[in-house]
Amino acid sequence: MAAYKPVVVQACPKLGERITQDTLYWRGYKTPVQIKEFGAVNKIDFSPVPPYNYAVTASSRIHIYGRYSQEPIKTFSRFRDAAYCATYRDDGRLLAAGSEDGVIRLFDISGKAPLRQFEGHTKPVHQVGFLSDKYRIFSGGDDYSSNLWDIPSATEIVSYSEHTDYVRCGCASKVNADVFITGSYDHTVKLFDARTKSSVMTIEHGHPVESVLLFPSGGLLVSAGGRYVKVWDVLKGGQLLVSLKNHHKTVTCLCLNSSGQRLLSGSLDRHVKIYSTTSYKVVHSFNYATSILSVALSPEDETIVVGMTNGVLNVKHRKPEEKNEKSQKKRQPAYRTYVKGRTYMPKQEDFCVSKPVKRVLRKYDKLLRSFQSSKALDAVLEPPIMLHTPEVTVAVMQELHRRGTLRSALAGRDEKQVNLLLTFVARRVIEPRFTPVLVTVADMITDIYQPVVGQSAIVDKQFLKLQEAIGKEIDYQEELLEVLGMMDTLFATFTKKRDMCLEENKSNGLTEIVETNMNY
Amino acid sequence: MVSPGALRVVRCGGSTLRGARAVFSADSYLLCAAGDFVKVYSVSTEETLRLMGGHADLVTGIQLNPHNHMQLYSSSLDGTIKLWDFMDGIPIKTFTVGSKLLALYTPASAEESVFVVIPKKGERDTFQLVSVKLTKGAGQDLEAKDLSVVLDGVGVSMKHIAFGREGEYVVSVKDVNLQVYFFKRKLLNRFSLSTVKTKGGDNHFSCVVCHPTEDCIATGHADGKIRLWRNFHHRKEYTYSTLHWHHDIVMDLAFSMEGSRLLSGGVESVLVQWHNESSCQKDFLPRLGSPIEYISMSSDGALCCTLHTDNRITIINSNLRFSRSIQGLIKSRDVKTGLVVDPRTKALVLNGEPGHLQFYSLQSDQQLFSLDIVQRQYIHQAGLKQSDLVKVAFSAQGTWLATVEESEEVTDPELQLKLWFYSEETQSFKLNTRINTPHDNHITDMCFRDMDELEDDSLILVTTGRDCVFKVWVMVEDSDPEAQQSVSWSCDFVGSYHNYQATNCCFSEDGSLLAVSFEETVTVWDSLTWDLKCTFCHPPGNIRNICFGRLTCSKYLIGATDYGFLCCWNLLTCALEWSAHLNVVVLQPDPLSEHIAAVSWLSKESSLFVFKPNEPRPIYIQRNLCKEKILLAVFVPRDEPEIISSEKYLWLRRSQLFFLTDTQELMTLSTKSLEERLTPSSKQLAVEGSLPVTPFSLLLGKHRCQQAQEDIDLGKPVVRHKQEQASPAVKELLHTPAHVLPSASFLCTIFINSLLISKENKSAEETADEVEMESEEAESDSDEEDVTEMEQEDTSHMELLGEMTCKLSKSQEKELRKIRKTDYSWISAF
Repeated sequence: MAAYKPVVVQACPKLGERITQDTLYWRGYKTPVQIKEFGAVNKIDFSPVPPYNYAVTASSRIHIYGRYSQEPIKTFSRFRDAAYCATYRDDGRLLAAGSEDGVIRLFDISGKAPLRQFEGHTKPVHQVGFLSDKYRIFSGGDDYSSNLWDIPSATEIVSYSEHTDYVRCGCASKVNADVFITGSYDHTVKLFDARTKSSVMTIEHGHPVESVLLFPSGGLLVSAGGRYVKVWDVLKGGQLLVSLKNHHKTVTCLCLNSSGQRLLSGSLDRHVKIYSTTSYKVVHSFNYATSILSVALSPEDETIVVGMTNGVLNVKHRKPEEKNEKSQKKRQPAYRTYVKGRTYMPKQEDFCVSKPVKRVLRKYDKLLRSFQSSKALDAVLEPPIMLHTPEVTVAVMQELHRRGTLRSALAGRDEKQVNLLLTFVARRVIEPRFTPVLVTVADMITDIYQPVVGQSAIVDKQFLKLQEAIGKEIDYQEELLEVLGMMDTLFATFTKKRDMCLEENKSNGLTEIVETNMNY
Repeated sequence: MVSPGALRVVRCGGSTLRGARAVFSADSYLLCAAGDFVKVYSVSTEETLRLMGGHADLVTGIQLNPHNHMQLYSSSLDGTIKLWDFMDGIPIKTFTVGSKLLALYTPASAEESVFVVIPKKGERDTFQLVSVKLTKGAGQDLEAKDLSVVLDGVGVSMKHIAFGREGEYVVSVKDVNLQVYFFKRKLLNRFSLSTVKTKGGDNHFSCVVCHPTEDCIATGHADGKIRLWRNFHHRKEYTYSTLHWHHDIVMDLAFSMEGSRLLSGGVESVLVQWHNESSCQKDFLPRLGSPIEYISMSSDGALCCTLHTDNRITIINSNLRFSRSIQGLIKSRDVKTGLVVDPRTKALVLNGEPGHLQFYSLQSDQQLFSLDIVQRQYIHQAGLKQSDLVKVAFSAQGTWLATVEESEEVTDPELQLKLWFYSEETQSFKLNTRINTPHDNHITDMCFRDMDELEDDSLILVTTGRDCVFKVWVMVEDSDPEAQQSVSWSCDFVGSYHNYQATNCCFSEDGSLLAVSFEETVTVWDSLTWDLKCTFCHPPGNIRNICFGRLTCSKYLIGATDYGFLCCWNLLTCALEWSAHLNVVVLQPDPLSEHIAAVSWLSKESSLFVFKPNEPRPIYIQRNLCKEKILLAVFVPRDEPEIISSEKYLWLRRSQLFFLTDTQELMTLSTKSLEERLTPSSKQLAVEGSLPVTPFSLLLGKHRCQQAQEDIDLGKPVVRHKQEQASPAVKELLHTPAHVLPSASFLCTIFINSLLISKENKSAEETADEVEMESEEAESDSDEEDVTEMEQEDTSHMELLGEMTCKLSKSQEKELRKIRKTDYSWISAF
């Protein structure tokens, strides 16, 4: 005798991205806070010391924001023209910024007026940074030069004029106080050592370099330019480790997370991609409204701040960790209850009675087992099931159809229930995996409730919605068929060449199309 | 050996069990009418113990002899009633009645006569119940022409007539009429229901049973109602009450022995138990698998069994708990999968229960297991579009199983292709990949290619569909480490030919070529590059079957067309080698030899042709293989090649040919004669002298039993003799070289003594038991008894060697005393 077989819920391969630990981690941010700046945000820098304020450089101002403040807690506005690249020193007390007029200013974060001004660049300075000994500043300017400054005396120590185009990015090594790199629009990244007169290493990126980054270990170098993000091994003399091409517009900024396990890249294509630094695969991706110029991540990944070309600053805070203890109000039986008698070894004369395993059936299965079709349908039209697991609802509908009782289960419902049903159908009928069943359901509903159309405004609205959804889907399918036709002609031209390799391609391509076609 | 021409068609299984209600014998055997045979099953082990053949046609009724519970009456369409001793499987008597017998009743009250249903002479479709006087005669074959008509115009089925309390009256139902005939008063009462069709359906009678102790008749109706009739002695004042649960026809009813419970069953495959004839108290045993055809109760009321339409017997406890089921070849509605042999178990695989695949063992005539493919609750209701299994294929080593299921809807078949992997741990198939809608239309054929299973990439599955394409499926490694399984299947290639429907596919033996038939054309593809190599056709007519030759004939491709042509193409010359005019229904190559079997269907007879592709002359022809149309055939490899002397039957050496007819009977060809085939199956049934064993009878009867046993032992000493030789003393005596032995006269006494002593052991043991039962004096339990026995034997050895024993222990002394008491009279027989 067979036991009751529960309804088979068709498990579909998840559409879209697969849920991984990373997606869960990077999804754990609250809805973003948008702050409007005066111009394009070219640099965001987090203070390395608590409370982790961050400096935002936009237009001719530098705003310092607190962690949760939406208004700047401090503003540096002593710039005649645009300011660039406000960067914190390691101790978080000094801030250096370049500017359009070629002057580098050094601020104390508690003061207002600049402490020092470094003059020497003849063109705008887009890149400023502190070396790790805290007493020197390096800079890169549009006059093709990279300079090194002494903070106490405010004098230029050395000037390297090796780049042949604007120097737009740079980074100092955290391991060696004398080493820094700069990237330039001449497609190269150069490594300088303050102790020598010329660059130590030149790396050919192949595109105008927009951003460079050194790993905390100092061994790996990341450069971004064009659509590429490239990783180089500095210790092997600048060997290319990996070249990533995941953006379809210029990559403008790079950022490492605090653990150094993930690399973030922002691009003009409005995406921030997160790579694993072990496999260099994209593990997650954020989508923004406009092109991204700068991105920064606070220590412990608490906050992601993204600056965009239209001057909008997008701030996302991490959700607080959910505390499970609160949700588990119901007291579970003690551990002892579960292990009671488990360790008992049956003696030889003991007679063992095996207890049959109790099968837990879902509510709709219980109802279906006793042939209560209408109630079973009610059970799966409960909002939690209907919203989160529509495949269960559809599977039960299919089972009812198979039993020939779907019509009677759908009939005899009041306005509210019909509304609920129609909302579900109108929303899900275009999903390819549900279409065959839901079309039947929609058909039956229209048949059954045809006489009462016009009696309820809510139901009428739902019917119109359904019509609209189906109309849209038909248009979409027609378009798809057109595309398929076009591709068929393309493949037909391929086959004429009678090339083995091409033919293989063709067959693969064809199957793929057939498979995608099957999905629709 | 057998003479040529003695190739016989033998039934292997699958014969319908639905001839009559099953009968429980008094001692836990179950008797069933199965086709032309009566089968005896053991209730406790589900085993088929005996097959009693002798009737020339379908057995229509079996009943125990009410005066001797070891005998069984059976009636058949061949017009004979046979009396069997089912313990030994011997027909005792055969009574020839002369006309077709459609049902048989043996009420206890009727002395020396039985009741049968026979067609009325001169009128078609009218039947009468007659009583047949069974003449007492000396011979085996007797004539029973003494017929007297009891009732006219009765139903044809055995369910339409029932005998009432102590055989006082007989009830018959037909259409909407119920008639009761009282034997003593010679009174016939007729009652009829209105013929108006009610909402639920018509109220025709479908079955009738009588209460065993009261005057009450229960009738089942086609609309699912059960009516309980009382007071039917009066024509007018009769009453009936109605029980209604079934939504469809009530197939059978059965009262329990006391009459307090009524069991009913029908198409819903739910057994309903009604208590005290009230409609509120009922129990259900749902999901019995298939519609219930007959219900029968055992005479002690402890068990009941249901016979199902798919030839399954379910045995159910008295508390309505499923006990066990006896299932041979399950009869499915339609064997769409064809006959397939599981390479692992050598079992025959075909459609079983709806949505299941049955693995049927040919050796034991038992179902090995049933694999649930569709995994959906089957609703027993007419007119539903159920999805069922249509195609099945095994890979060469049996590690992969591919199944196709589709719903019956014509327009939107809702196809699913499933691939199952045999898991060694659980010893069963596990679902690996499920592909929804593999083709846009019905799948027509499916086959695996695998030359060597060690290389996984050689495993390829090809499906052909009516959507004019064939698809090639391959295994792909899943790159994702988080996935549960490492391999899954996906489509690799889609091929088509001029937009014709693809109908058949077949791989050559080495797997290098794939033949796919597209309506009239056979196309041959290279399985590496999927290039079309060549095409063959033999117009007019679509290709019905194709297969490649094997071994030495692997260069040939055989095809059969709709228009009745069998063609053989040479793949090297790409030309037609030969063709023959033959309406081939089944084309089946033997996997172990070059032979190909073709079964043709011409002018209502099936003929078998066995040929080798390299020569157009068949090796073997058998015309008129069987009466029914043969739908499917398969070669099953033998475990070890059979020794076949005749040149003509050499093709049967490596494998055996099985075929399935349209009545779903499984047959095979055998070179052995009837006697040879039957001998291994005839086992001795254990005779239990007493009637049903109850705890009380156990207590009471044990003593009696023992005495009887003792008598038997003493009565048949010679039987024991053989076992005695195993005793070490005797062995020693017999195996010692003759020249070291003392003279025979000296040994004789010792030899006889040794026999005596071991004999005593037996009886001593029994007497000890007896002592133990009867009084508390017996302080020694059986274990101790064994010990003494051992010692006893030791001493006997010592005596043999001529050495004196030391002091005897107390128990030994007791033993000796017993020995002295036992009877030695039987020695005089020596």
